[in-house]
Amino acid sequence: MTKHVSRRDSSTQLEVTPESVFLQRRKILQSLGLGVGAAAISPLSSPLAQAGVFDSIFGKDQPSLLAKQKKLAYAKDASDHGLALTPENKIISHNNFYEFGTDKTDPMKNSQALKVEPWTLSVEGEVAKPKTVDVWELINSAPLVERIYRMRCVEAWSMVIPWIGIELGQFLKQFEPTSKAKYVAFETLYDPEQMPGQKHRFMGGGIKYPYVEGLRMDEAMNPLTLLSLGLYGKTLAPQNGAPIRLVVPWKYGFKGIKSIVKIRLVEKMPPTTWNLLAPNEYGFYANVNPAVDHPRWSQASERFIGAGGVFDVTRQDTLPFNGYAEQVAGLYKGMNLRKWF
Amino acid sequence: MTLLFFRIALHLSCAAPLIWLYWAIPAGAFGGDPVKELIHFLGIGAIRLLILTLAVSPFAKTFKVGQILKLRRALGLWCFTWASLHFATWLSLDLAFDWALIGSELVKRTYIVLGFSAWLILLVLAVTSLPKLVRMLGRRWKKIHGWIYIASLIVCIHFWWSVKSGWIEPLIYLLITVALLSYRKRKLFVAFN
Repeated sequence: MTKHVSRRDSSTQLEVTPESVFLQRRKILQSLGLGVGAAAISPLSSPLAQAGVFDSIFGKDQPSLLAKQKKLAYAKDASDHGLALTPENKIISHNNFYEFGTDKTDPMKNSQALKVEPWTLSVEGEVAKPKTVDVWELINSAPLVERIYRMRCVEAWSMVIPWIGIELGQFLKQFEPTSKAKYVAFETLYDPEQMPGQKHRFMGGGIKYPYVEGLRMDEAMNPLTLLSLGLYGKTLAPQNGAPIRLVVPWKYGFKGIKSIVKIRLVEKMPPTTWNLLAPNEYGFYANVNPAVDHPRWSQASERFIGAGGVFDVTRQDTLPFNGYAEQVAGLYKGMNLRKWF
Repeated sequence: MTLLFFRIALHLSCAAPLIWLYWAIPAGAFGGDPVKELIHFLGIGAIRLLILTLAVSPFAKTFKVGQILKLRRALGLWCFTWASLHFATWLSLDLAFDWALIGSELVKRTYIVLGFSAWLILLVLAVTSLPKLVRMLGRRWKKIHGWIYIASLIVCIHFWWSVKSGWIEPLIYLLITVALLSYRKRKLFVAFN
């Protein structure tokens, strides 16, 4: 079944695959020795290895990944956005986090050993009060809010994710940005021992590490911009960028830098990873814009990843600024968005 | 007898991963959203089969096992099957049969133009491998099937241009293909002159 929707689905169903279904699937996987013999053609690792992955999350014998994630206390998102959520099992198993491999399932498979506690985040540069923040203290003490946002990947697929976190703008104020602070630069952990993609060029997709991202100061201060510490009521899984990541809902997903260790306020536009790799394909701004195509594919529509099965395909129109034009279009008044893509 | 054994093994190993998908996808082997991974899985599989098809005759000559040339047709047809599934998955599960979008992507995006052209070549080769047509075409058959060399280069570039980053894997496929083509460079020269 495929459908094309020109407007957002307004149902508010929340479907998460029950654990019992997952356990059942795990059994099926384990009983399959089939794919191994065909390994010559199959570019996948054996299904048994895959079963191992699900074991580590849902199995009884091994310590559960979900147990490693901690429940959070937070204020519920009360806004009437009318968005159907993407189920949690899809959010944690379909990731781009090249530090752990370039396939969508690699981050889940390879990131579980990431040591996320303790974790420090240093805030420096053009601020009156630079400081190194204990992220777990932040998780335990900050007033956390839930924000249900659309997430649009530059690869033309999308999700709706119930993030939990704090507004970046609120967070930055305590360090007292100076008048020279025009941009905010972010940096991911660089630790090749823990992040195999940083160690092996082939595995890391040939991009330059550490991963860096940036925002203009007014974008960083916009109330939509979130420093996320969790989703679906729990702290983040490593593949989602534990323990602290950026969420900028009106920009393509690659702006949402993961596992951040450094935030630096700066005067000049900072370099950003994907822009360095392919400047004609990925701009600094990377605002979701159905009118400006990626050189290799259309950005006019997107495949929404919802609760349905493989054949339940929803192709929907992409909205300007990912549906947040009302809140952010003003930031780019007078700018040629074709040039500043 | 041994040839029959290899023939059965070939069909089984080309079909098994496709059958495996039926269980593996619902079980989460491709992650929460299988579409991109599935397209990639089928595409890579098709490239590998194309390379195997090209490797048959150098292998037969080097190891003096002319018998295996008889397996080449089956390999080529399996390559076409995998490529068609790759294409069909993109049409249905990724673009959801949005024909306006499909039409514009097919002409506008260079790597898709390449992939589509290679598929068209494979289609012609698959159709003309019907035994009746092989006989009918006679000498011309060889010339038509020389297009596999062009298709093999096109798919390598299609792969290279489709990836977001990381050119090492596509480069490996391209090098293997070039090596297999250079093995028959004299023949190529004759075929396209």
